[in-house]
Amino acid sequence: MAAGAQGERVGLGAALRAASLTGLIAFAALLPLIGFLTAVNGSNELTLTTRWPLLFAFVAIIAACRFIHAFAIVPWLARRALRPVRSEPSASRDFIRGWFIPFAIAAVAAYPLAIFFTLGTNGGQKWIDNFGVQILIYVMLGWGLNIVVGLAGLLDLGYVAFYAVGAYSYALLAQTFGLSFWVLLPLAGILSSFWGIMLGFPVLRLRGDYLAIVTLAFGEIIRLILINWTALTNGYAGISGIPRPTFFGIPFNANDDGFAAVFGLQFSPLYRVIFLYYLILGLALLTCFVTVRLRRLPIGRAWEALREDEIACRSLGINTTNTKLTAFAMGAMFAGFAGSFFAAREAFISPESFTFIESATIVAIVVLGGMGSQIGVVIAAIVMIGGTEILRELDFLKSIFGPTFDPTQYRMLLFGLAMVLIMIWRPRGLIATRQPSLFLGARKTIASDPIKQGRG
Amino acid sequence: MARDGSTALRIEHLTMRFGGLVAVNDLSFDVERGAITAMIGPNGAGKTTVFNCITGFYKPSEGRIALQHGDASAWDALDNLTASGRRGMTRADGALFLLERMPDYLVAQQARVARTFQNIRLFPGMTVLENLLVAQHNRLMVASGYTLLGVLGFPSYAAAERAAVETARQWLHRVGLLDRADDPAGDLPYGAQRRLEIARAMCTDPVLLCLDEPAAGLNPRESAELNDLLRVIRDEFSISILLIEHDMSVVMNISDRVVVLDYGVKIADGQPEAVRNDAKVIAAYLGVADDEVPKVEAEVGL
Amino acid sequence: MEYFVQQLINGITLGSIYGLIAIGYTMVYGIIGMVNFAHGDVFMASAFIALIAFLIVTTWLGISSIAVALFIVLIVAMVFTSLINWVIERVAYRPLRGSFRLAPLISAIGMSIFLSNFVQVTQGPRNKSIPPMVQGEFVLFNTNNFPVTLSYKQLIIWGVTGVLLLAFWYLVSRTRLGRAQRACEQDQKMAALVGVDVDRTISMTFVIAAALAAVAGTMYLMYYGVVSFADGFVPGVKAFTAAVLGGIGSLPGAVVGGLLIGLIETMWSAYFSIDYKDVAAFSVLVIVLIFLPQGLFGRPDVEKV
Repeated sequence: MAAGAQGERVGLGAALRAASLTGLIAFAALLPLIGFLTAVNGSNELTLTTRWPLLFAFVAIIAACRFIHAFAIVPWLARRALRPVRSEPSASRDFIRGWFIPFAIAAVAAYPLAIFFTLGTNGGQKWIDNFGVQILIYVMLGWGLNIVVGLAGLLDLGYVAFYAVGAYSYALLAQTFGLSFWVLLPLAGILSSFWGIMLGFPVLRLRGDYLAIVTLAFGEIIRLILINWTALTNGYAGISGIPRPTFFGIPFNANDDGFAAVFGLQFSPLYRVIFLYYLILGLALLTCFVTVRLRRLPIGRAWEALREDEIACRSLGINTTNTKLTAFAMGAMFAGFAGSFFAAREAFISPESFTFIESATIVAIVVLGGMGSQIGVVIAAIVMIGGTEILRELDFLKSIFGPTFDPTQYRMLLFGLAMVLIMIWRPRGLIATRQPSLFLGARKTIASDPIKQGRG
Repeated sequence: MARDGSTALRIEHLTMRFGGLVAVNDLSFDVERGAITAMIGPNGAGKTTVFNCITGFYKPSEGRIALQHGDASAWDALDNLTASGRRGMTRADGALFLLERMPDYLVAQQARVARTFQNIRLFPGMTVLENLLVAQHNRLMVASGYTLLGVLGFPSYAAAERAAVETARQWLHRVGLLDRADDPAGDLPYGAQRRLEIARAMCTDPVLLCLDEPAAGLNPRESAELNDLLRVIRDEFSISILLIEHDMSVVMNISDRVVVLDYGVKIADGQPEAVRNDAKVIAAYLGVADDEVPKVEAEVGL
Repeated sequence: MEYFVQQLINGITLGSIYGLIAIGYTMVYGIIGMVNFAHGDVFMASAFIALIAFLIVTTWLGISSIAVALFIVLIVAMVFTSLINWVIERVAYRPLRGSFRLAPLISAIGMSIFLSNFVQVTQGPRNKSIPPMVQGEFVLFNTNNFPVTLSYKQLIIWGVTGVLLLAFWYLVSRTRLGRAQRACEQDQKMAALVGVDVDRTISMTFVIAAALAAVAGTMYLMYYGVVSFADGFVPGVKAFTAAVLGGIGSLPGAVVGGLLIGLIETMWSAYFSIDYKDVAAFSVLVIVLIFLPQGLFGRPDVEKV
C-alpha cells in the first residue's frame, strides 16, 4: 500500500488488527456493566443475570466502527488534507450571509403560525411548546451566559442559580403581591443581577478552573437552600398556582372576557402557547440585541480584552474587577428574565428544575456553539435541546427494539455522549471565528487560532 | 518642550522581598522629566521587579515611589502627602502620586504610567485597531455615559469613538502598522507586535512610559527604527521614558541617563559614556570588546 | 464525650473514602491541569462493579470466606475501573490535550453525564442493596451507657486505606513512574525532551487514580451496603473539595483534606442539622477557594507579570 505524506494508507490487515484490539478492550470494559444485570427479585433480594447477547452486540458494533474508521475514514481524511484549499470568497456566499439573519428571524417568527395552521390545536401544542418555547428559553440562557463565558471568558458553572432566583422571585412576588408579569419581569432581572454582584464579588479574583468550581458550588448551595428553606420556598413541593401571563390584561381562557372571545376567535389552548412563544422570542431577541450593542461599546471591548489578557487590561488602566462584575450582573439579569418567564409559563416551579445539569447544559450550548458567537448558540441549542426532545417522537423505534423501549431514557445518555463527541470533533465550537467590532478598511473574520479562551 | 531638568519619578529606598529572597535592595534613583532613562544589568538583577513595583503589580516591602505631573512645585507637597496616608494629591497646576500605595490599574488610570511587558501581552484575538481602542477605554467609558448612553444610541459616544479611532490611526501611522489595522494582533510578526504594544501604551496618553526590553528579538534595522520612535516620543510628546534593555546599541544611542543594577543593588548611575567605562559595571555586566580580550588576558596572565 | 469520639471514628472512616477519591482528582489536576469532572462517576461505577463482582463471588462461586471474597472483589474492581478510566482518557481527553482549555472540561462534564446515565440505563434506576458483608464490632469503651464502637468494617477501611496510601506513596516517590509523573507536573515539554513518555505517564496516572477510586468504591459498598447511579455527583464534589482544601496538586494534602471533610460532614450532621450537611461541604469549598485558594499544602498560583 502506498504511504501518503500525512496518514498512511492503512491496509486491510492493519485495520482488522485495530478493530480486534478495540473489540477486545471494549469487551473487557463493558463486561461488568453490560454483561451483567443486577435486579431485585420477588423476595427483595439482589440477583445477577447475564446478558451475553447484548454485550456481544455492543462489542461487535464498536469493533465494526473502529474497522470502518481505520480502513476508510482515516485515509479519506488524509487524502482530503492534501487537496488544495479554496479561499476565494464568492459573491453568492456574501449575499447569503447578508440576508441570513433577517430571513432567519422571519422564519422563526412565522414558525408558530405555520404550525397552528397546518397541525391545528392538538398536533401543534407540542411542536410550539416543547420544541419552540423550550429551545428559545435555552437560546436566551445561552445568549445570557455568552456574555460571561464567551465574551468575558469567565467560566461560570452555576448559571442556573440566577435562573432560579428569577423564577422564585417572580413566583413569590406574584403570589404575595399579585403584580402583573410585566412589572415583575424587570424586578426579577434586577434581583438576579443583584445576586450576580453579590456572588461575583468575593470570587472574581479566582482564576480559570477555580472560578468554575466555586460557581458550581454556589449553584448547588442555592439549590440546596431552595430545597431546605421550606418556610419560604416550600421545598420539594415547590410553588404552584403561579398566575399565568395575560395578553396585556386579557386572560387566555374560554370565558367571555377571555382572549378568544374578545378577538372573535374560536377558543383554543394554543393561543396562550403562541403568546408565550412570541414572548420568549422577544426576550431572547432583546438579549441578543443588547449583547451585540454592548460588544461595540467600550464595556464589550473591555470584556473581550479581559478574556484575551487580564494583566494587559490592568496595565491599561481598566478596573477589571468592575468589568467582571458587570459581565456577571448582565448575564445574571438575563437569566432572571428567563427565570420569570419560566415560572409564568409553567405555573409551578420546584428545585428539581434548577440542578447542576441545567448549568452544564447551558455552558455546553455556549461552548459548543463557539464562544462569543450568537448564531453558534442558536445552532447548538437547536441541536442539543431539539435533538433530545426529538427522541420523544421516535416511536418507530419501539417497533425495532420492542414495546418496553423508551427512547427518553436515553436522552441524557446521548446528551453526555454528544457533548464529548462534539468537543472532540470541534474543540473550539461550531462557529469558532470572531468578527471584529469595528474596522478601518475591511471587516476581516478572525480565525479561531489567535483568540484566547480566558483564564477567568 | 526641552528637558527642564526636573524630576518626573523619584524612587527612594525601594526594597522588595519575596520570602527570604531580597530581589531589590534599597534602590534609589530619579527619572528626569522628558528624558530617556535606561535600567541595565544582568538577568535576575531585579529590573522587572522594579518595574512591577512602579506600575503597581507588586507592593514594595519598603520604600517610596513618587510620580509628579505638571508644574515642578508639586514636589513640595511630597512630605505632607507621605504623612497623610493618601495615595495622591491633585492641584490645579500639578499632581503628585505615591505609586507604592496604588493598585496596578490606578497607576495606569490616575498616575498615567503606561508599560509594556517582557513577554508581549497583546490581545491576540482582537484586531490591531481594537487593541488601540481598548487602550482608550476609560475616556470612552465616560463618553458612553458608562454604557447607558451608548446602549440608547446617544451621539456623544459616536463622536468620542471617532476621535479615538483617529488617535489610533495616527499612532498606527507612526509605528508603520496602518496597513495592518484590521488584522488580528496575534498574526503580526514579532517586531510588529512589539511596535503595536508601544503604540497601545501611547494611546493611554501617559506621562511616564515604562518599556520592558522593547528591543528584545529585534534585528539591527528594527532596533534603529525603535530608537527613532523613542526619540519621537520623547521630543514631540515630552514623555518621560524608563526602559529596561540588554541591547547596548539601543541603550547607548538614545539614553540620556543609565542606571545599572546588579543583584538588586544600584552599582552605577549617570551619563551613558561614564557608565560604559565604569569598572564595576564592566566587571558585573558589560565586559570588554573582543579585540581587547587578549590584552586583558595577557595582563591577568592567562 | 463518648458521642464525640464515636463521631470522630465515623468521620475518619468517611474521610478515608473521600481521601482516596481526592487523590485521583489531585493527581490528574497536577499532571494535566484539568479538573476531571467524571471522576466522581468513575467512583460510582466502581461501586457497581464491586457489587457485581461480589454477587458473582458469593452467589455463583460460592466463596464463603468474607476476607477472600472482599480481596477478590477489590482486585476485580480495581482492574476493571482502571481499564474503563484508561479508555475514557484515551477517547475523551487525549485528543483535546493542548488545545482549547475549556474543551477537556466540557468533555469531562459530558463524560460524567454519560457515565451516570450509562449505569442508570444498564443497571436500572433503583438502588441496589446487599445484605451486610461484614458484621460485628469492637466496643472500645462504654461509659454513661453509650458504647463507643469501632466496627470491623471501619477497621477494614482504615487498614486498606493505610496500606494503599503507603504503596501509593512508595510508587510516587521511589519509582520511575513517580519521577516521570512529577516531571510532567512541572514541565511537560521538558519532560518529553528528556525522554519521558508523556502519553504513557498520563495514562498511568488515570489508571492509578481509577484504582484508588475503585478501592473507595468497594469500601463504600461494604460500608453502606447500598449503591445508586446518582452516588457519583455529591461524593465527587466533596472529594474535590477535599483535594482543594488540601491544596490541589498535593498528595498528602488530598489525604488530609479528605479526613477533614469527612470529619466536618460527620460532626455537622451529628451536632447541627443533617439536612444541610451537603450545604456545609459546598460552603467549605467556597470558603477555602475564596480565602485560601492554594489550600493547606499547596503553593499559591502566581502569574508572572
